[in-house]
Amino acid sequence: MISGRTLAQGAGCESKMSPDFFKAVAICHLSEKDFKSLGLSEGRNVLLKNEFGQVVLTAKKDAGLPDSMVFIPMGPWANVLVGTETGGCGTPHFKGLEVEVAATNSPVLNIRELFSGLGA
Amino acid sequence: MSEAIMIKDAVCSFCGCLCDDINVEVEDGKIQRVRHACRLGSSKIMGHARIESPMIRKNGVLVAVSFQEAYDKAAKILLAAAKPLLYGWASTSCEAAKKGILLAEEVGGVLDSTATVCHGPSVIGIEEKGLPGATLGQVKNRADTIVFWGCNPAEAHPRHSLRYSSNSCGKFTQEGREGRKIIVVDVRETRTSKNADKFIRISPGSDYEVISALRMLVAGKGDSVLDEVGGVLKADLADIAATLKAAKFGAVFFGLGITHSRGRYKNIDNALSLVAELNSHSKFVIMPMRGHYNVGGIGQVLAWSSGYPMSVDFTRGGPYFNPGETSACDLLARRDVDAALIIAADAVSNFPRATAKALAGIPVIQIDPYENPTTLLSDVVIPCAIAGVEVEGTAYRMDGLALRLRKMVDSSFPSDEDILMGILESVHKQRQMTANEGA
Repeated sequence: MISGRTLAQGAGCESKMSPDFFKAVAICHLSEKDFKSLGLSEGRNVLLKNEFGQVVLTAKKDAGLPDSMVFIPMGPWANVLVGTETGGCGTPHFKGLEVEVAATNSPVLNIRELFSGLGA
Repeated sequence: MSEAIMIKDAVCSFCGCLCDDINVEVEDGKIQRVRHACRLGSSKIMGHARIESPMIRKNGVLVAVSFQEAYDKAAKILLAAAKPLLYGWASTSCEAAKKGILLAEEVGGVLDSTATVCHGPSVIGIEEKGLPGATLGQVKNRADTIVFWGCNPAEAHPRHSLRYSSNSCGKFTQEGREGRKIIVVDVRETRTSKNADKFIRISPGSDYEVISALRMLVAGKGDSVLDEVGGVLKADLADIAATLKAAKFGAVFFGLGITHSRGRYKNIDNALSLVAELNSHSKFVIMPMRGHYNVGGIGQVLAWSSGYPMSVDFTRGGPYFNPGETSACDLLARRDVDAALIIAADAVSNFPRATAKALAGIPVIQIDPYENPTTLLSDVVIPCAIAGVEVEGTAYRMDGLALRLRKMVDSSFPSDEDILMGILESVHKQRQMTANEGA
């Protein structure tokens, strides 16, 4: 899994509580082959999990992605899957993380729901 | 209704490009239209619904209070803390950063910037090796070969290519895009790679190996390079090495694709060595694609104030810097700070989940114009005027050039600088009261 900037994520990053930011960032890009092999269709969700956490996102086809790689716009949903180890330089691994991906019928949590477990 | 005025050549305070050709139409004290800015800059300058009042959390609910009450509560939290973290600083002015450093020294805290989760590894790599740099103007006017490595300016710095790099027309580069060779190195196709003459797709986490192979090829030691490195054929790497050596003026721009991946600051260290070695054959420069508009500025102000560019610990009586120990994510993961002031950044969104969870367990003061996930966990919330839109100040572009931010409209909110001074004055007042009570 890699996380990174997108135009829509950047345009919404000063209005993170808005529906537009949710639509722009709570998504997971997959290659066309992976999208098909997981039996996905537009609007379906995927569950991503690894040793650090799990998160449900809306799946999106991305012709520019190689197989076995997912891309998530940087932000609070992607960071559920990021660990705290910084390798002595202060910066966590926001890219190059191993995650398991599966189709799911579970809903994507909105931004308030995402943080409700943290005391928000 | 007052007559509309046009503010010309204002600086956009969104990303590290600091585009200084923005025209803004103001009528009745409100921004009506923004010209020349990209989608990112326009959204920032036009703005949206703000936090309306200072707030303090009482019985689990944020309730409106006066600014002075918020300053006093913030000061009380910072004074009660053994080791407060003062984090953010990338989206405010250098003048506010100066006040923040004063406050960190006064309360004995750790001051860290968003660089720590962004180009922090670049800062460390540059400290190790030095930076063969240039201004963006030099790149525009002279560069005939440009490499974008692990960055996607088409989405993160949308006007970079047209104003400063691949598609810009300069004094000695009048043909613009046609006269340049553009190489993009990334793990995936991006909008930026679609504009490249040569796109090299590398395997994730193989930046260090690929840079090392290029160094061998540039040095004429290709015999030692494997047939395939990081998913790239040796022939393709040899082709790139030859293109780099043949450049009259080359520039490498790199992004979080290289700082956030395996190798982190060692990737930057290696890239700086490659560029230093290319200078034996040609003129070559390298530059990090800084994200927040003044993340360079907080680094500059901290460096000339304390000697260090980020992650500075003031709890020992003098500045101390040791990334991995004094950086925000590490401090929070170790539960080594007991309060936090978050300014001009949204730490809760941008930190790993476990790190954000650590913030939920300590008192948090937020200074920001807008509600965001950090607000949800904050105990004190202080709304501010927006630097670069409602307040003037100084900011550093990604190439280290200082530019003056303009004030476009008035604001009823205090500036970050005013708020920090309000908290600092309350710190002094509360300290004096405690001293008087003890006398």
